[in-house]
Order: sequence, then C-alpha cells, then structure tokens
Amino acid sequence: MNESLTGLEQHESGGLAVGTLLLVEEDRYDSYSRMLLKYFLAEGVVCGHELFLASARDHPDEIMQELPSPIMDEVASQGQPQPSDPENPDTMKIAWRYQNQPRVQTALASSLRFGHYYDVSKTMEPELRQTAKCHSFYQLQETPVITGSSPLPSPYHPLLKSIQTVIRKEGFDGSTPQSKTRNVLRLGLHSLGSALWGDDVCCKDNPAHCHALSTFLYALRGLLRTSLSVAMVTVPSHLIQNRAVMGRIIRLSDTAIALESFRGSEMETNPLYKDYHGLLHVRQLPHLNCLSCEVPDTKDLAFKLKRKQFTIERLHLPPDLSETVSRVSKTELAAGCGTTATGNKHLDF
Amino acid sequence: MHHSSFIIICLSIYVGVSLAQAREKGQLVFLEGLKDSIGAILQEESSQGTQHLSYLRSPGAGLKGLFRFVETSVSQNGARDDGESWGPPVLLIDDLSVLLSLGVTVGAILDFTLYCQATVCTELQGNMVILVRCEEEDVDDDEEGANLLQRGLVHQCNLALHVEGLPTGYCRDIHGQMQVWWRQSGETMYNPRKIFHFKVHDKGASFFARGTSSAVL
Repeated sequence: MNESLTGLEQHESGGLAVGTLLLVEEDRYDSYSRMLLKYFLAEGVVCGHELFLASARDHPDEIMQELPSPIMDEVASQGQPQPSDPENPDTMKIAWRYQNQPRVQTALASSLRFGHYYDVSKTMEPELRQTAKCHSFYQLQETPVITGSSPLPSPYHPLLKSIQTVIRKEGFDGSTPQSKTRNVLRLGLHSLGSALWGDDVCCKDNPAHCHALSTFLYALRGLLRTSLSVAMVTVPSHLIQNRAVMGRIIRLSDTAIALESFRGSEMETNPLYKDYHGLLHVRQLPHLNCLSCEVPDTKDLAFKLKRKQFTIERLHLPPDLSETVSRVSKTELAAGCGTTATGNKHLDF
Repeated sequence: MHHSSFIIICLSIYVGVSLAQAREKGQLVFLEGLKDSIGAILQEESSQGTQHLSYLRSPGAGLKGLFRFVETSVSQNGARDDGESWGPPVLLIDDLSVLLSLGVTVGAILDFTLYCQATVCTELQGNMVILVRCEEEDVDDDEEGANLLQRGLVHQCNLALHVEGLPTGYCRDIHGQMQVWWRQSGETMYNPRKIFHFKVHDKGASFFARGTSSAVL
C-alpha cells in the first residue's frame, strides 16, 4: 500500500499498511488537509483501487473533480529502467522525480512501483478518474435514519453501515470471491467530528455525544482490520476543546499526524520559516506486528506547496549569519582573554 | 491482517507454546473485542451471541455481560489430554482504557475488575494482568479520566509496572523506563519503588538498571 506524498511515504517507512487507519488533524482552514485527502484518493485511482469518500460539507463529486493530475515524466533517476507494460501501451509510465535534495530517509529498499507524483496545478483527466469505482456518502443527502438503541448517533451509524455494506458487497472481507485480482478499498472520510456531521464534540466543552466519534473510530478500525481496506480520516481538531477526547481519538488510530499551517499566524512572517507553509507533527506511529517501531530520525517535519507540488521534508532552519551574532562572540572572547582591554572590542589574535 | 495481540503471540513463541493448539484444546479463550465490535454496534436487536459485548450498545449499563463471559470462561473445568484439569487461570486484558473511549464509566470498569479479581484471584487462586494507558498530563481530568482509572487500579493491585519514555526525550539505545511498585503480602506499605531502563527488540525487551545500558558501558 503506497502513498504518493513525497517524503511522507518515506517517513512512514514505505507507506500505509492495509487494514490501518490514518488520522489527519486538519489545519485551520482545511486547505492542506484537504489536499492530503485528494492525494490519497488520486493515488487510489492511479493504482486501480476502489474508493469510498464521505463528506458532510462539499459534495464528494466536487472533491473527486479536484484530484490532482499524475505527472507522466520521462525523466528517470539513477539509471532505473522505466517500467512499461508491453501488453498495454496505454498504461502510464511511472516516474521518478530526480532528487537533488536529501529527503527523510528510511531503510526500505526502493521499488519501481513505490509511488506516484502529482501536479497540483492540474486536475486529473475525467477519463482517468472514471476508471476508478467510487462509492460516496454525502451527509446532507442521506435521509435521517432512526437508529433506535445504537450507541452511535446518526449520521455515524448510517456511515458505518454504508462502509460495511460496500466492504461486504464488493468482497473486500473475503466473503464473496472478487472477480478481478485482489483489490484494496481506500476510504476517505472528511472532517469527522465537525458540526456538519451532527456531532457536538467540536462545539462544546462537554459534548453530549463525546463518545460518538471515538466509538465510530473503534468500530471503523475493527472493519479495517478484517478487510482489505485502508482509511484516511480528517478531523478539525483545532475545534475540539476537550483534550482528553483528542487523546483518545489519536490512540484509536494507527498513524496520526497533525498539520499546522502558518497562514494567518505570526509564523507566516517569521524569516526562519520562510521556505515553508506549515509544520507537520507526527502524533503517533503504528505498531503493527512488531514490538518496536521505526522511529524516524527527526520528528520536525515541514511542508510546502509549490506551484506544482506539495512536499514534506525535514525542517531546515537557515544558518544564523546576522552580524550581531558574530560581534557578540568576539566581545565575549576578548573579555575572557584580556581583562585589561577595556575599550577595544576587535582584538586580533 | 490481525495486528492485535501480537505481544501475546510473541511471548508464546518465546516460551514455545502454540496458541492455536491451546485454543482448540480449550486452554485459551480469546475474546477479540475489536473484531466482534462491528456486529454488536450495528445490529438492530441485541442477541444472545453478543451479550458479553453489551457495553458497546449501552455503555452506561456497565460491564456485567463481559464479567459473565469471563466468569464462565475461567470456571470451565475442561480437562487436559492426560485427564488432569487445567491449573489456576490467568486473565489478560488488553487494554482497559479503550472502554473509556467507548463511553463506559470509570466506576463500571473498576467494578468489573473487582469482580474479576474476586473470581479469578481469590476464588480460583489465579492471576490477572491488566494493561491500561494513561494520559501524559493531567489534562481536563473529568470523571472519565484515564488517570482516575489508573489510580483506582493501582489501589487494587499487588504489582504495578509503570512504563514511560525517558524524561529527557527519545534515545535509540534506551527506549524508556519502567517503575515497579510491589505490595508484598502482609505489609501495608509499598516497598520503595524500583526503576529499570529497557530497550525493546523485535520480539522481546531487555531490562537493566539505570546507567548500565550496554551502549553506555
């Protein structure tokens, strides 16, 4: 299972494992988290996976139309041969972007089908997009269902039911034999917990349904573990007042990251961060089938959105070359070595 | 695809036990709450089959169904191949704080552990091992706080292992420290706590006294 976000998939030691849940804490304006969701879905289209998209604000069709276009570049890196399918000349060539900067490294050996790169300034061609089977769940169009004695309030209950139905019907849980080769279901759930989902966990200190979202995530992870699927859930955590709730939600996920955008904050004009648009915090890494987990070299990651590409890389602070700094160190040096030199600040040694 | 309970699998490989065989013989009863949860949450009527997961449907009602399941499982007098009955039971719970996320109250969870303790430890002379996750800080510690649960459990138990990262931050050779609180029988005071450092490997962990990591010596 691979993710195409340059740097993120390397950071995550080779991508998202099937059966796991990725939690993304949205940035304040939901611009970058939405982009991550679109990358996730676009990679699903390119890899031929099936998609399930649930949203309460924007219609899933709108989100699908905004998926970025994959880059079909002829440039190969380090002499790796371009794989092309001789039986089907229309398949895309998988491109390796020439890496002229060290990214976050892992020990994973490179694979030809590791991931794809996207041009965010262009949207995916409808012909390509329509090759993927997409199931959608749009909160505002769902008829309210009386859920009786379920611990999950609507619309989480119908959403969970809808996901279970798709998994069963399309055979991702192995119940019905799949007609094609084994495929994977990618689930993208946008802005869970927001008021548009009928949840008040973002509105109140002590929400009436403070366990609705955590119960939903628990059940969702149960579904993921028993099927060939992977889910990305975005949550507007900046609206959740109750920190205990956020802690529980993170622990109920496998991987958890948070996006912090500089836009509108004092960091936007801070010269230290001028190369970046925001920080990416790693809240939790998965422990899958192992006692120890891959801990990355650094947890200081930042992201930037250039005209064509969204990249995540290790945070580099520029060297401090200001004159003030060097002058201070010379003074200290002078004071330490010659106490009689009272007025003369620049001593030659 | 089942990532859960890998630790138990590791331990069993370590001591040379086959869990699948144990399950078949009736020696191991394995309740996989996560896998069975979806059925309990989504079904319209509660059926006999999911009584032990009744807390998923009505978390406010407590864990009586779950306790009945535990009681039945540990009281079964199944026989081994050689005709002898099994030894005292061991109850392993991983992880109790998930129940807080599902809306079960701290009081209900502590009731459940007390009932289990009475049955498994006192009545049947067995042992219980419970895993609980704590909040990092005492944040908004309402009635449902994980820290409150932890304090209640520490009060009930005989041996508490508190595992955390190093206060100085991440280190490659020492993954964290473990504090041991041990209430010896007959004494009302805890012994002074002991602190160990540990490093986690692929299928195990090594423990050593502070300052004696092989990377340091």
